[in-house]
Amino acid sequence: MTEPSAQPPTAEGIDEITRSASAELDTLADLEAVDQWRVSYLGRRGALTTVLRGLATLEVEERRTVGALANKAKTTLEEKLEERVRQINEANLMRSASEDRLDVTLPGRPPLSGRLHPTTKIVREICDAFVAMGFGVVEGPEVEWDHYNFEMLNIPKGHPARDMWNTLWVDYEDPKGDSAMLLRTHTSPMQARVMESREPPIRVVVPGKCYRYEATDATHEWHFYQVEGLAVGEGITFADLKGTLYEFARRMFGEDRKIRFRCDYFPFVEPGVDMSIDCFACEGNGDGCRICRDSGWIEIMGAGMIHPKVLEGVGYDPEKYTGFAFGMGPERIAMLKYGIDDIRHFYSNDLRFLRQF
Amino acid sequence: MRLPLSWLKQYVDVDLPAQDLAHRLTMAGIEVGEIEVIGGWKEVFVGQVTDVRPHPNADRLRLCVVTTGAEEMEVVCGAPNVAAGQKICFAKVGANIYNTHTQRQETLEAATIRGVESQGMICSAVELGLGDDHSGIIELPDDAPTGTLLDDYLGDTVLDLELTPNRLDCLSVLGVAHEVAALTGKKVREPEVSYEESGTPIADQIKISVADPDLCRRYTASLLRGVSIGPSPQWLQDRLTSAGLRPINNVVDVTNFVMLEYNQPLHSFDLDLIKDATVIVRRAKPGEKLITLDGEERKLSADNLVIADANDPIGLGGVMGGANSEISVATVNVLLESATFDGPNNRETAQSMELRTEATLRFEKGLRPELAPIALRRATQLIQEVAGGTIAPGIVDVVSGEGIDAPVVPLTSAKIKRMLGMAVGMKQVKETLDGLGFTWEAAGRDELKVTVPYWRNDVNIEEDLVEEVVRTIGYDSVPTTMLSSPIPFQQPVAIMGLRDQVKDLLAAAGIQEVINYPLVTLQQLEQVESLDRASLPLRVANPMSSDREYLRPTLRASLLANLESNQGHGAGPFRMFEAGRTFWPREGDLPEERETVAGVLAGLRHEPSWLEDESLVDFFDAKGVVEWLLARLGVASTYEPADDPAFHPGRCAHIKFGDALLGIVGEVHPAVMARLGLEQPQVAAFELYLDPVLAALPRSQRQFEPLPVFPSATRDLALTMPADVPAGRVSQLIMRHRGVDRAELFDIYTGDNLAKGTKSLAFHVYFQARDRTLTNEEVNKSVDGLLRSLERELNVTLRNA
Repeated sequence: MTEPSAQPPTAEGIDEITRSASAELDTLADLEAVDQWRVSYLGRRGALTTVLRGLATLEVEERRTVGALANKAKTTLEEKLEERVRQINEANLMRSASEDRLDVTLPGRPPLSGRLHPTTKIVREICDAFVAMGFGVVEGPEVEWDHYNFEMLNIPKGHPARDMWNTLWVDYEDPKGDSAMLLRTHTSPMQARVMESREPPIRVVVPGKCYRYEATDATHEWHFYQVEGLAVGEGITFADLKGTLYEFARRMFGEDRKIRFRCDYFPFVEPGVDMSIDCFACEGNGDGCRICRDSGWIEIMGAGMIHPKVLEGVGYDPEKYTGFAFGMGPERIAMLKYGIDDIRHFYSNDLRFLRQF
Repeated sequence: MRLPLSWLKQYVDVDLPAQDLAHRLTMAGIEVGEIEVIGGWKEVFVGQVTDVRPHPNADRLRLCVVTTGAEEMEVVCGAPNVAAGQKICFAKVGANIYNTHTQRQETLEAATIRGVESQGMICSAVELGLGDDHSGIIELPDDAPTGTLLDDYLGDTVLDLELTPNRLDCLSVLGVAHEVAALTGKKVREPEVSYEESGTPIADQIKISVADPDLCRRYTASLLRGVSIGPSPQWLQDRLTSAGLRPINNVVDVTNFVMLEYNQPLHSFDLDLIKDATVIVRRAKPGEKLITLDGEERKLSADNLVIADANDPIGLGGVMGGANSEISVATVNVLLESATFDGPNNRETAQSMELRTEATLRFEKGLRPELAPIALRRATQLIQEVAGGTIAPGIVDVVSGEGIDAPVVPLTSAKIKRMLGMAVGMKQVKETLDGLGFTWEAAGRDELKVTVPYWRNDVNIEEDLVEEVVRTIGYDSVPTTMLSSPIPFQQPVAIMGLRDQVKDLLAAAGIQEVINYPLVTLQQLEQVESLDRASLPLRVANPMSSDREYLRPTLRASLLANLESNQGHGAGPFRMFEAGRTFWPREGDLPEERETVAGVLAGLRHEPSWLEDESLVDFFDAKGVVEWLLARLGVASTYEPADDPAFHPGRCAHIKFGDALLGIVGEVHPAVMARLGLEQPQVAAFELYLDPVLAALPRSQRQFEPLPVFPSATRDLALTMPADVPAGRVSQLIMRHRGVDRAELFDIYTGDNLAKGTKSLAFHVYFQARDRTLTNEEVNKSVDGLLRSLERELNVTLRNA
C-alpha cells in the first residue's frame, strides 16, 4: 500500500499505482476486500486521490499532462472496480443458486380451477360459427304459450304431428280460456317471435333449454338444449340452406367434412330435411365404427325451408319472402365430439365429469 | 310399421338388395330403422314324416322316418304332436338353428340320443326363430312342397319403417309399393277386384244415414249373407302375423289385412244384431254408454262419434267396434263398413279414452275419401273368398257436402327455382310426378295442374310438390351457395352479454359451472326459502315424477343438492356456480324469467397440496368472489347485514348498489346444512340477480384515467372503536376523505390491550394529489381532519393516542 506522499506526482508514479492497484484488485474475491481496496486507492485519502491532490504543486504545463494521466488512471481503476464488483456479485449468485436447490419434481402450488359446463362451451362454439356468417344470437322464454310452441308453427290442436313433441304442461288457468302454457318442447317458437318483432332480412340463432315429457336413457334427456337458426329475406333458397349448413359443419367438425341431406318432416318447414355429416371418426368408412354405427354418416340436425303458413302467420308475404330454419342438439354434438356415451352425465353435475372439459 | 318384402313384392318388383332399398327409402323420407332377416337356416327343408316308432330306450322319445323326397332319414323326436304324414321343418346336419340348451345359434351336428343316432332334427318355432312356442314341432300345411329349402318357403326380410306423422300412406303395403316404384322406376300392380253380386240390393236391406257429416265425410258399406266364420287360411294368418297383428277370425282378419294393404280401416258388424236394420252415424247422446270390443264400458259424450242402430251405439266410429254387434262364430250375415272419419275428432276421442288403435292411428291423420269404396270392394271380395257367402248388389255410399274430389295443386317451374335455387326441367318434373302416381295437366308452358293420388294425404300446396320433386331426384343435385343478401344489423342482447361475462369471470375465479333441471319439489324449496303457501311457484300439470314438479324461483336448492352429492367424492375444494333462470308467476301472462347466478363454496380453501394449509372456506371467500366480480364489471357494491332463512343469521349480507338489491352472500344456515346433510363446519354461498346488476353497470364506456405523476404518501392508522361499528362504514369514511386515494385494512385486533367492548382496525392510508407532491404538513393536516371526522361520526379514535 502506498503511503500518502508529499512528493510531486509523476507519470511513472501514476503508472505504478495503476499497475499495482489493478494487480491487487484481481486477487480480491469478496466485496468487503474490494471496498477496502477502493478506500485505499480511490478514497478520500487513497493513493490516487493523494496524487491528484498533489497536482497543484506542479507547473502549469506538467500539471496538464500528469493531470490527464491521473484522471485517466482514476477512470480506469473505477471501471475495473465496477467490473470486479459485477464479477464477484455474479460469482456469489452462482454459488448461492447452486446451493439453494429445490426438488423440482415436487408438485407445484395448484391454482383454483373453474371451467364452463360442456354444454355452454358447445353452445358458444355453435353460435360463434353462425355469428361468423352474419347471424345474431337471441334467446326466448322457456315457459311458452301453446300458441308459439305449436299453433304458429303449423301444428294446430289435434294435429297428429303433436305426438312428435311430448309436452310438459304448466298448471295454469287462462282467464280467457284459450291459451295453454307449457315448457317449450323446442326452440322453434322463437321463429315466430323473432319474425313478429322484426322485418326481414333476418339471420338469428337461438340457443336455449327445451323440455319434453320423455323417459331418460343413454340418448334421451327430458331437459336439453337446442340451437335454432333462422334466415328470412328475399331470394333465400334451399341452396343457401345447404351452403350455410355446410360451412357450419366444416367449422365444427373439420374442413374436409361432407354433408348429406335426406327428406324428413317437421310441420313448420317444407321441404324438410335431416342433415348428416360424414363420420369424422372413421372418415366415412363406417366399418365397425362406434360413432356412426357403421353407416359412415352422422345425423346432426333437422332443417328446411320455412313453411308458407308460418310466414303468413307472422304477416309476411310468402310470395315475397322465403327463408330457412334449422335446429340441432348441442348435447348430441358434444357427445360426438368428446365421445360421451351417456347424455345423463350432462345434468347430473358430478364434478368428476364436469372437470374433464 | 313392419313391412315384409315378400308382401311388398306382390305389388311391385324389387330387384335391389334389401340394404339398398332401405337406403333409398330412408333418403326419400321413409326411414328404415332395422332390417330383419327371417331365415338363413341353410340346411333346413320342408320334410314329411312317413313313420313314427317308439324309441327303444326312452318312453318320451320317438324314432321318426323323415323324407325330403331325395333322401330318407331316421331322427329322434321328443315332441308330443309329431305324427306320421305331417309336413314338417326338417333340419339336416349343417343347418343353422337355435340350440335351446346352449341358447345360441349353432350349426346342427349328428347326435346319438339314448343310443340311437339322429340324422337331423324336426324343428319347433323356437329353433327357427319364428316364435316362442317350444311345446311342439311346427306343422306345415299339407300343400307345403316337400324337399324345398325352408329359406325359400318361409324365409323373408322385414323392413321396420320409422315413419314421420305426415307419411300416412306408408303405413300400408301398397303405399310403400308406390314409393318403391317411384324410387326404382317400376310399376305398381294393384289388386284386381271383381266379384259376383246376387240377391236383394243392399239399399233395400239396410237404411244408412249420416247425421253429423262434419265428422264423417264418407260412409260406404257392403253386405254379405251366409258367411261361415272360422279361422283364416294360413296365408292370411301369416300376413297378419308378419306385420305384427294377431289373427282372430276370417272376416275380421280380412278387414285387418285390407287395412294393412290399403290403409283404410274397416269394420264388420253382425247384421242380425243391428236393430231395425238401421245404421245412423251420429254424435253420441249425453249419458250413452258402449261396451267396446276390449270389454271396457265407455261413457260417451257429444264429442264422440258413434255408429248407432235404431236405438243404441254399436260402435265408436273409427276407434273400436261395440261388443253388441261383434262378429262371432254364430254370425251368418255381415255388414262391412268403410268410412272416412274426421281426423281431429277421431284423435281427440282416442286420446280422451286412452284407446289408440290401428284404426285411429290412420283416421287421425286424415284419410282421403276416395279410398273408402276401393278398400270396401277389396275386402268384400276377400271375405267371400275366405268365408263364403253371397254379396248383395251395390254398396251404400253416403257422401257429405264437402265432396270427394281429389286436391288439385298447381306447380310452376318458377316456384321450383325460387324454393330450391336451381331449375328442374319440366320433363323431369313430369316424369317424377308420374312415377309417384300423381297425374297432371299442362296449364301453359311452365305450369302444371297436379292431381294428388288417393293414397297421399300429405300433399296440399305447391311447396309440398316441390318437396316431392326434390326428394325423389335427391338433395345432392341441389347446388351449395352462400346467403347473398346483406348481413342484417345485429343488436347484441345486453342481459345475455352480462350473463356470459359473469360465467367467464366465475370460471376464471376457479368456480365450476353446473347446469341443473329447473323443476324441483316444494320440499326442496322449503328447505332453503320461506315459501308463501298462498302464492306458490308455477307447477307442471303432468309431472313425470314428484321430484320434478315446481318451476324454481331460486337456484339455491339444486346447487346445495349438487354440493351434497359431490361431497362424497373427497374434501374439495367444492366450488360450483350456476347461471340460469328462475321463474316468477305473473297474472295472466307467462312467468317472468329472471337471469340469476348463484354459487356455493365448501370444503378446502385451496386445492389439496403439500404447500397449502388445510383451511376451509368461509363467508369471506364467497364475499371476495362477489366483490371481485362486481368490481370487474365496474359496479361499486356495498354490503349490509341481512336476514334470510337459508343463511346463517349473523353471517349474511345483502349485496347492494345504492338502494338496489343485487344479491345476497353468506354462510348457509347450520340448520339448513343439517337438513340437507351437508358436511360441517360451513358452506359459503352467493346469489346475484342479473337484472339489477345490468342496471348498475356503468352507463358509459370505461374511460382512461391518467396515471399519477406525483408520489403518494402513506400513513398507517391504528384505530380503536366500539366493537359494533361496522368496518365497512369506517373504510367508507376514510375513502371519502379529501386527499385519500385508497385505504387497505391490514389488521383487526380485539383483546388484552383494549378496553372491553372495543376493537382496533389498522389501515394503510394512501394520500395523493394529482397536481403536486403532498408536503408532510398537508398530509398531517389531512390525517387530523380524517381523525376528527372519524371520531365525530363513528366514535373512532386513534389507538393509544
